[in-house]
Amino acid sequence: MTTQRTSGRRKQALAAAAAVAALLTTAACGGGSDDGDGGSKNGAAGFDAANNKVAQASLAKKGGTLKFGAAQDADSWDTTRGYYGMMWNFARYYSRQLVTNKAEPGKAGAELTPDLATGLAKVTDDGKTYTYTLRDGVTWEDGKPITSKDVKYGIERVWAQDVLSGGPTYLKDVLDPNGTYKGPYKDTSADKLGLKAIETPDDKTIVFKLPKANSDFEEMLGLISASPVRQDKDTKAKYQLHPFSSGPYKFESYNPGKDLTLVRNTSWKQESDPVRKAYPDKITIQFFSDANQLDQRLISGDLDLDLNQTGMSPQGRTTALKQHKANLDNPVSGYIRYAVFPQSVKPFDNIECRKAVIYGADHVSLQTARGGPVAGGDIGTNMLPPSVPGSEGQKYDPYELNGANKNGNVAKAKEALKACGQPNGFKTTIAVRNNKPVEVATAQSLQASLKKIGITAEIDQYDGSQTSGIIGSPENVKKKGYGIIIMGWGPDFPSVQGYGLPLWSSKYIQQSGNNNYALINDKTIDGLFDSYVNTLDDAGKAKIATEINHKVMEGAYYLPFVFEKFINWRSDNLANVYTTDGYSGQYDFVNLGLKNPQK
Amino acid sequence: MTAPLHEPTAEAAPSAAEEAAVATAGAKAVQGRSLGRIAWERLKRDKLALTGGVVVLVLIVIALLAPVITNLVGQDPNEYHEDLIDPLFGTPTGSLGGVSGDHLLGVEPVNGRDIFARILYGARISLLVGFMSAVVAVILGTVLGILAGFFGGWVDSLISRVMDGLLAFPQLLFIIALVSVMPNEMLGLTGTGVRVFVMILVIGFFGWPYIGRVVRGQTLSLREREYVEAARSLGAGRLYILFKELLPNLVAPIVVYTTMMIPTNILTEAALSFLGVGVKPPTASWGQMLSSAIDYFESDPMYMVVPGVAIFITVLAFNLFGDGVRDALDPKGSR
Repeated sequence: MTTQRTSGRRKQALAAAAAVAALLTTAACGGGSDDGDGGSKNGAAGFDAANNKVAQASLAKKGGTLKFGAAQDADSWDTTRGYYGMMWNFARYYSRQLVTNKAEPGKAGAELTPDLATGLAKVTDDGKTYTYTLRDGVTWEDGKPITSKDVKYGIERVWAQDVLSGGPTYLKDVLDPNGTYKGPYKDTSADKLGLKAIETPDDKTIVFKLPKANSDFEEMLGLISASPVRQDKDTKAKYQLHPFSSGPYKFESYNPGKDLTLVRNTSWKQESDPVRKAYPDKITIQFFSDANQLDQRLISGDLDLDLNQTGMSPQGRTTALKQHKANLDNPVSGYIRYAVFPQSVKPFDNIECRKAVIYGADHVSLQTARGGPVAGGDIGTNMLPPSVPGSEGQKYDPYELNGANKNGNVAKAKEALKACGQPNGFKTTIAVRNNKPVEVATAQSLQASLKKIGITAEIDQYDGSQTSGIIGSPENVKKKGYGIIIMGWGPDFPSVQGYGLPLWSSKYIQQSGNNNYALINDKTIDGLFDSYVNTLDDAGKAKIATEINHKVMEGAYYLPFVFEKFINWRSDNLANVYTTDGYSGQYDFVNLGLKNPQK
Repeated sequence: MTAPLHEPTAEAAPSAAEEAAVATAGAKAVQGRSLGRIAWERLKRDKLALTGGVVVLVLIVIALLAPVITNLVGQDPNEYHEDLIDPLFGTPTGSLGGVSGDHLLGVEPVNGRDIFARILYGARISLLVGFMSAVVAVILGTVLGILAGFFGGWVDSLISRVMDGLLAFPQLLFIIALVSVMPNEMLGLTGTGVRVFVMILVIGFFGWPYIGRVVRGQTLSLREREYVEAARSLGAGRLYILFKELLPNLVAPIVVYTTMMIPTNILTEAALSFLGVGVKPPTASWGQMLSSAIDYFESDPMYMVVPGVAIFITVLAFNLFGDGVRDALDPKGSR
């Protein structure tokens, strides 16, 4: 899934005045450490107490207002259009799906469990037919029952990319690979349910007929973009301002970039929903233009947690680690941060030149630039995130990035340069988003270590909000000579397909919005993805995932920096907190509760 | 600020105080002193301005000798010292942002680059952009201002309207937009070279109307003076009058404006670098250091203080010196 933008340079500029003022007034930061790893006197559960395990489940009480803060609004709150991980996580408050991620900590949180459906799919016809039956008593916010036709209509909206752009399109690609259906808004049938691949024999039954088997299909149905939408409530592009709720909460008000308030959906019945606990009465989000301000409000206890879940900024992180360690968790995010080498830019068409950069880079320095081992993550050694089945973590380290070559291996890099026919090094350009200070820091680190092996790298900081048109356009990448692109990627769903298909499949090379930056066009990798979708057993799937990862690493297309980790804040008042691999190490929002609802 | 009015008669008629001074000298014969000499005498007596001037000189020397000085100290501005960084917090170990015998002003958070070396190298960018853009502005402003004032009529109208337009132009926004569409290579320059070149041109280009207006006003009042009339009636050509009669009398206001403009330009450069459209990394610049210090202002305040103080001292020194020069060149000044 795509990453969110944190506050940009311009915003930093505005913050500068405040920063200087604060600097002048900060005499001394008082207060010693009030807590260790075992919990604090304020009631916080302790460092890492909610990381892959449930913290203080028994203390959660019904009622109260759960207060989120965020430096970044969602890309869209429309269930069809959202692509940010935190939006998917939050959308479970007001939307339900046939199946969804288990409300459990860690790895189990990435497994599927029935939600609107009575059970997981009945798969027949060699993995080409999926049948679900809907639960009794599931209703919309006006009390009308949710039908299989609503589910079908909600999924059909994915086809209307011209009106509802932005969300994942896996369902469209799998159910209608040739693009014969034109979407519900151009549908000529009376009920607008013209998509042949989904059948709704009655209001309780829904049948998916795939033209070709895909072993991850049910994972795709677990995405928020597979949520039901009721036709008479579909306001098209405006739907994102007020999605019609099928979950335990409904929209009360939403001012984009300012605040959002959800209140209880009184039509939702606890007994119809095995996943959601719905502790608080009200859920609010307050948006900030400045991440430092947000961190201060978290630390002061005004807010319960960060909606964005991308870690605290360096300032707040330092204060929190020194004084409020018991309020912090340090989960692995599922993201890999890396540099990628477009083969269209010379001399990166030559594998030896790519290897030279991989060997020449100082991996400890890159890790420090990302925030160090705690706030940045472990040194990345390959391209499959630890949360994806088939990954081997740091055990698979073909270039010894976490071993002998940790601090860069000048001799090996020079050897590779010689083999590449560039014994004296060469000139290239590093492309990096200008609104991510941490990425700029990694670019500078890379630049410094490449200089030692004779590679002169220029850093080009491009407008981070224009990613898809700048580095997503292979033509522009070639024109600008971006030999090294700094990026990051996390899985849409925990499988090699949900992570790597857009990055490594030749079919995903696009003229704009491209994510296969390296322009990998390898028949073996394409073939492995083809056989992956036909493999239905988990062990077989994991084995292919491992193989794909090895092929990608052997091609030296990527220089991984870190298996990313975050420092995330949870307030003293939060209960039943746990991180889940289903949402990239974020807290599972939907089941958070408050200890003291009056606070 | 109004332009100091320069009276050409100052040369012929020294102030009362000076006359007294000359009289008490007694034995010395009364002799005419040049304008420059009078100004210098006055400037020498202005302690504050002299201090400013000395600091400016020192800064220039430091900037020119930056590679030599950093070599002597044994530090490179772009070398990483991650062993001096606390991996948990990303801030330097040791007190005051890692100040030590090796690193006189401490090291940067995250990468541990030597702040002393980066400040010295940053001075080069600041002064280079500050001076060169002032030169661009002075040349454009003087030529166009004198033309507008001397010829009047439609030439004056045209140039004056252009100046009005430029003064109303959102300079900062324009540069930010320009930098994002600028090529990485031009005129044989790459990367930082291109950025510095463009910054000098753009800051200079937007700065000339300030000088242009003053020069135009002065020219307007001077061209009707008797000595100009006299030259004209003796058959002097336009070019002669422009360069021999008018220009020398415009030197004083131009010098004053130049010294006042340099610190403003230095601040503009710092602002641009702060916004990320100045020089490219890893080239050191004060504005850029300030901008990256925001994330550490609480945990490592030294990192923000050092470049802040550097900018402060530089701008203050230039302003003090500029004020002194203005006072010294002001014929109405009593000192």
